[in-house]
Amino acid sequence: MANVITITSGKGGVGKTTATANLGTALAQRGCKVAVVDADIGLRNLDVVMGLENRIVYDLVDVVEGQCRLRQALIKDKRLPELYLLPAAQTRDKNAVDPKDMIKLCDQLREDFDFVLIDSPAGIEQGYKNAVAPADQVIVITTPEVSAVRDADRIIGLLESAEKRSPRLVINRLKPSMVKRGDMMDTADVLEILAIELLGIVPEDDSIVASTNRGEPVALNGKTRAGMAFQNIARRLLGDEVPFPEFNNASGLLGRLWGFVRSRPIDFKARN
Amino acid sequence: MPNTSVVIKGTKDGLSIALDPAVPLGDAANELTGRLTEALSFFQGARVVLDVGPRAMSESDWQRLQGVLSRSQIVLHSVVAEDEASRQAARAAGLHAAPPPARARPAQSRGAHAEVHTEGILIRRTLRSGAAERHTGHVVVLGDLNPGAEVVAGGDVVVWGSLRGVVHAGCMGDQEAVVCALYLAPTQLRLAGLVARPPDRGEGRPLGPEMARIRDGAIVVEAWDRAKR
Repeated sequence: MANVITITSGKGGVGKTTATANLGTALAQRGCKVAVVDADIGLRNLDVVMGLENRIVYDLVDVVEGQCRLRQALIKDKRLPELYLLPAAQTRDKNAVDPKDMIKLCDQLREDFDFVLIDSPAGIEQGYKNAVAPADQVIVITTPEVSAVRDADRIIGLLESAEKRSPRLVINRLKPSMVKRGDMMDTADVLEILAIELLGIVPEDDSIVASTNRGEPVALNGKTRAGMAFQNIARRLLGDEVPFPEFNNASGLLGRLWGFVRSRPIDFKARN
Repeated sequence: MPNTSVVIKGTKDGLSIALDPAVPLGDAANELTGRLTEALSFFQGARVVLDVGPRAMSESDWQRLQGVLSRSQIVLHSVVAEDEASRQAARAAGLHAAPPPARARPAQSRGAHAEVHTEGILIRRTLRSGAAERHTGHVVVLGDLNPGAEVVAGGDVVVWGSLRGVVHAGCMGDQEAVVCALYLAPTQLRLAGLVARPPDRGEGRPLGPEMARIRDGAIVVEAWDRAKR
């Protein structure tokens, strides 16, 4: 019986689609049968990142509307035989499906797959609600930036009030050198605010851009740092205990700034 | 405590606005306008009862007060008046009027902080970005209050965790309201009508629990062990 995992973030551009493609790839490499679903209707990307754009005939909305069978819309990956993509429609919008449709669709997918990974659109509106409705587990992605962490916090709050199982966190695009200089939030700073279980840390890696443009998920090549990080996350999803690498231990931006000032001024600046 | 002719209280049924019968209606109406603008967000969606005490009110007096309230988008749930003729005038103005509750009305406890707020709520979770809690009495959060979350309370606010969001205590004008947190690093802090923010630069990290309150017309933050009550 499949595990349905939604990957979401609130903020755009933090790496939801990249993570979905890479986790799907890493899980399929480990012998799992995986379907990746692009829930970003109207702004589809997952097909491009996986290099499968030119094979799309039917899409998610066609399945929901009964224009085709699920099997016809699923695209088999060109490298891994156990990996399938259900692409989003590009000419429609988020209102073309509702949460009930997504639950029904994922129940169908559960029968044939070990993992169903849903790539959520950014935001907290209809598209997000569609993506999260069928999820057994949610992975929240953030980058070590104050704005991304703020949006992740909002998403976690929404998931808690929807009584979903507590989401797990992936911190993406961490730059160890910047953290060391005290110019970037470190893992501890992020976790202090979000206070949820950490599932993975993905370092900033130029090979992501190159591989995304080529349509080959970086996880295919386990030698890159980001590829290795995604492999580690996949192993944790499968229940392995994988230690976190050491690049997250330096004291972060906030700690440093505060460290300089010993005593705390008593008066707040007050204005009437 | 400013001498006030308008007392706004939280009750278990909603908000009660009481006008001092000794003050001319025009002055009371002006003060009401001011107080409403101070705490506008608080009243929105609240069930509001207006209590005029023994004051004799004509239909046009009622309409005048209704006008003040409706400019702040407040719809009265009902009014309370001791005088039967005033109640009839209120009904003529389209209001639901009632005599004061049978049990003795408590003495108008102006500024008696502990008596004004007799109720509180406990929020037993972390308030994350986007969460907003409003309560007429005291609020205790057992968890963190993250940036982007806000609590607005008529009384005190206590956060048993890290306070990084926005808190407004004493939002109905209580100058004695305080805010306490194990880790007090708010985005912004409001007490009664005062707004404060932490200094932009060189802020020290709180070393322990702290309390914010109004002293000599300004918001001050003190370590908990030094904040003698």
